[in-house]
Amino acid sequence: MRTATFVAMAAAPFAALAEADWDEPIIIVQNNWTSQLVTSTIVGNVLEEMGYEVEYAPADSQLQFAAIAAGDMHFQIEAWEGSMKSAFEAAVEEGMIDAGTHEAVTREEWWIPKYVLDVCPEAGDWKGLDACAEIFATAETAPKGRFVGPPADWGKNYADRIKALNMNFTAINVGQAATLWAELQSAYDRKEPIVLFSWTPNFVESKFDGEFVNFPEPEPACFDDPSWGPNPEATGDCGAPHKAWLKKAMWSGLEENAPKAAKFLRNVNFTNAQLADAAYMVDVDGMSPEEAAEKWAEENPDIIAGWME
Amino acid sequence: MSQIRHGGAGPTGFFHSMAGQIALVAVFGVALSLVWPGATRWPTGWVIPAEFWVTDYITWLKGDASIFGVPFKDITRAFGEFLEAPVNWSDYLLVRGSDTLGLDQVPWVAVSAGMVILAHWVGGWRLAALALSTCLYLAFFHLWKDSMRTMTIVIAAVPMAVLIGLGLGVWVTRSKRAAAVFMPMFDLMQATPHLAYLPPVAALFSFGSVSALIATVVFAMPPMARCTILGLQSVSPEIVESGRMSGCTGRQLLWKVALPSAKRTLMLGVNQVVMQTFAMVVICSIVGASGLGQKLLYSLQQLKVGAAIEQGLAITLIAIVLDRITQAYADRPVDYELREKSWLARHRHAVIFLVILVVSYVVAEFYRPVELLPRKMTISFGGEMDSAIRAFNVAAFPYLNPVRDWVTVWILLPIRDFCLWLPWPTFVGAIAVAAWRLGGWSVLILCVTLVMSFIVTGFWVEAMKTTYLVFVSTLLCLAIGIPIGIWCARSDPVAKIALSICDTLQTFPSFIYLIPAIMLFRVGDFANVVAIIPYATVPAIRYTYLGLKRIPPVTVEASIANGATRRQLLWKVQMPIALPEIMLGVNQTIMMALAMTAITALIGSTDLGQEVVRAISTQNFGRGILCGFFIAALGIVGDRLIGAWAAKRRAELGMG
Repeated sequence: MRTATFVAMAAAPFAALAEADWDEPIIIVQNNWTSQLVTSTIVGNVLEEMGYEVEYAPADSQLQFAAIAAGDMHFQIEAWEGSMKSAFEAAVEEGMIDAGTHEAVTREEWWIPKYVLDVCPEAGDWKGLDACAEIFATAETAPKGRFVGPPADWGKNYADRIKALNMNFTAINVGQAATLWAELQSAYDRKEPIVLFSWTPNFVESKFDGEFVNFPEPEPACFDDPSWGPNPEATGDCGAPHKAWLKKAMWSGLEENAPKAAKFLRNVNFTNAQLADAAYMVDVDGMSPEEAAEKWAEENPDIIAGWME
Repeated sequence: MSQIRHGGAGPTGFFHSMAGQIALVAVFGVALSLVWPGATRWPTGWVIPAEFWVTDYITWLKGDASIFGVPFKDITRAFGEFLEAPVNWSDYLLVRGSDTLGLDQVPWVAVSAGMVILAHWVGGWRLAALALSTCLYLAFFHLWKDSMRTMTIVIAAVPMAVLIGLGLGVWVTRSKRAAAVFMPMFDLMQATPHLAYLPPVAALFSFGSVSALIATVVFAMPPMARCTILGLQSVSPEIVESGRMSGCTGRQLLWKVALPSAKRTLMLGVNQVVMQTFAMVVICSIVGASGLGQKLLYSLQQLKVGAAIEQGLAITLIAIVLDRITQAYADRPVDYELREKSWLARHRHAVIFLVILVVSYVVAEFYRPVELLPRKMTISFGGEMDSAIRAFNVAAFPYLNPVRDWVTVWILLPIRDFCLWLPWPTFVGAIAVAAWRLGGWSVLILCVTLVMSFIVTGFWVEAMKTTYLVFVSTLLCLAIGIPIGIWCARSDPVAKIALSICDTLQTFPSFIYLIPAIMLFRVGDFANVVAIIPYATVPAIRYTYLGLKRIPPVTVEASIANGATRRQLLWKVQMPIALPEIMLGVNQTIMMALAMTAITALIGSTDLGQEVVRAISTQNFGRGILCGFFIAALGIVGDRLIGAWAAKRRAELGMG
């Protein structure tokens, strides 16, 4: 109940408009990372305040888009270019609606904890990192360094990039994101050098001190023209884009059945700072995602009001 | 006895022994690979593109397929809505309350009281105390609401699995044709990793609790069917005869005579259904079932291992309480005295529950914590557990890491390389010889067909990686499990402790020990093996214990009277007699290890399990289902070979 009160305060000028045009529940997808849980609860609370019934459904980050296209679930607040692009685009072909892009940008790249720079000061750049590949080696990869890569199905082929850039690394792919963080936590506690795949915005930034490794910024030519980039004989000798999109996905039926809700959801727009704040309340302050959503709405009534115009 | 061939070099020489023939086939396979590269890798031109056929078929089913003009997908969806009804009812009852009736959900105090009273009714005070502490744990660790969400699926899935299992079981005992169809299907349903059939189920039946329900029923139903078959077959002919003489019709004979006298075995089936349902709880959250499983995956994703342990423990505790309650119900003697007593005395449990239910609803109006404890009133040791795990990791790593490196480099990688080097004709040939020698032509044909299925579809490398992982893990599980089983058989207190640990290990969600395994051993095959061991060692312990305990005391006494030392008694008398049971344990260990390969894929592997997991996110139905089937195929080959061997052994021992 408290939730509703806070949001009512936040959305007070618009409460008069709160007359739902649809009596079925709007099903919002929830994934298993913090910012998504908080932001989806924020929009869910506003929808409830608008008079809609809201349900939350947990979903796998890839299977969800087909489910949204089919109308089993209705809205996803965070669709990532880096890891979900192909599933997202496939679902758009099946009729899912691309409900707009957030201001927030995402980046996915090799990442090192700060203390690595003590033993390898140039590691912030790919060439410097490659020069001290040995310190990242394990028994199976020696003498090459070990790069802990993302799950194989996230559509990134780091083995190819390593080959194109002639780096002294072997990519070991994990099976799920949690595995990456277990590796990182373990190495971090022991101050052992590690280089692994990470992304932003992510709770990792608030918990671990570190930075992305810079690779050559990609241009289309990198993938077509071998002469482009550091290796004149290979394509793909570049990094990931520094600014990738973060989109929202919506079921097409929502526009027809609940146009008010659909309009609001199209307007929702988070920035990097807002996402980081939302995640911080949960990951560092130890709130539950529901509490964090309440607090965020309480502190940012203007932003919510702006989305409802 | 004359037709039984003995293994080992007989008078007819090396090349007539099984080992000799396998060696011969192996040499032939290697020689063939030297002249024909196709023996190392199945030629790409010959690969049967079965994965695309399956994908296309399912895409067609969910897209264009229709029956009498009604799209197939609409039919499955409608069926799904029908199935969803019981989930929704229990959801109103336990989680959400009903707006139309103006009632809130049943307060936690009342649900707990109900559990305790039920436990007392079927099993007395000790069981009631267990139920009470479980409910308090759920409530005070802030797990109540999620536990009830999980329960909604369990409440819907268990009766469904029990009824379907009972029906199929009865059918199988009455019709040979049904037996021929369903028995292999039960094998497949249990041996295929559940992750493999989640994506197609979700595509056809919508995302959410329905898919979770269907996947759970598919997985949990076979034990019920098997127990029904076993129960009906073991009803003594005298009972059936007397029923017939009293003039029972066929239907009466089944419902009034056969099924009641098989009650204990049937209740074992129900019990297994409950346990299997809980094994699915975490997996189901992948297709949109909320509850403890979902929260647990979220905790792991955030590296909150302590919180995940608390949630996993909740799953285990609920499973154990329900397990004990069903067991106690099966063993409950009929209380004839009670019939003499008053109505109130006979129904005191129900009356007390109703009183508490009403009172708690009334009190909840004034004092909310009766309905659901607010977060402020709950506790958690998650943070402390996280710190403890990290501290242990820092302290133990320097000692464990050299072990990990040594084992990986000198044992695991060489075995893996060997498995990958093996030419497929050698592998197929060895299996064919073993199958033929142990079980004859029918086993040979089955095993070779199953093995060839992953070779001709182009999954040889992945399958060999799975074989290697399972082989190594099984050896380690046996090396750990059999001695513990022997120890248990010798000492009852040890057995009691070890077996209750076994219970916990099997219901505690296996996802949880992945994270500490990764922290200590990093991504790699060693971590995979370590994650498989806790789960797959259990059957090795159980069956060894069972086998040794079953030996008649007379046999043991006779050997002691003949002057056997303890060691001789064990190795010359007990182990040989218990060998068939132990081999069944080996068989189950292999099955569990295979099942875990899909889970260890979450650490990071490149075998069939990884393909299954990857198919979920890439929507590649065909690949997922096929790889799931191949995992099952490996399991079935192992099962048939060991089964045939155990049967032969039993015949040799005259235990027929």
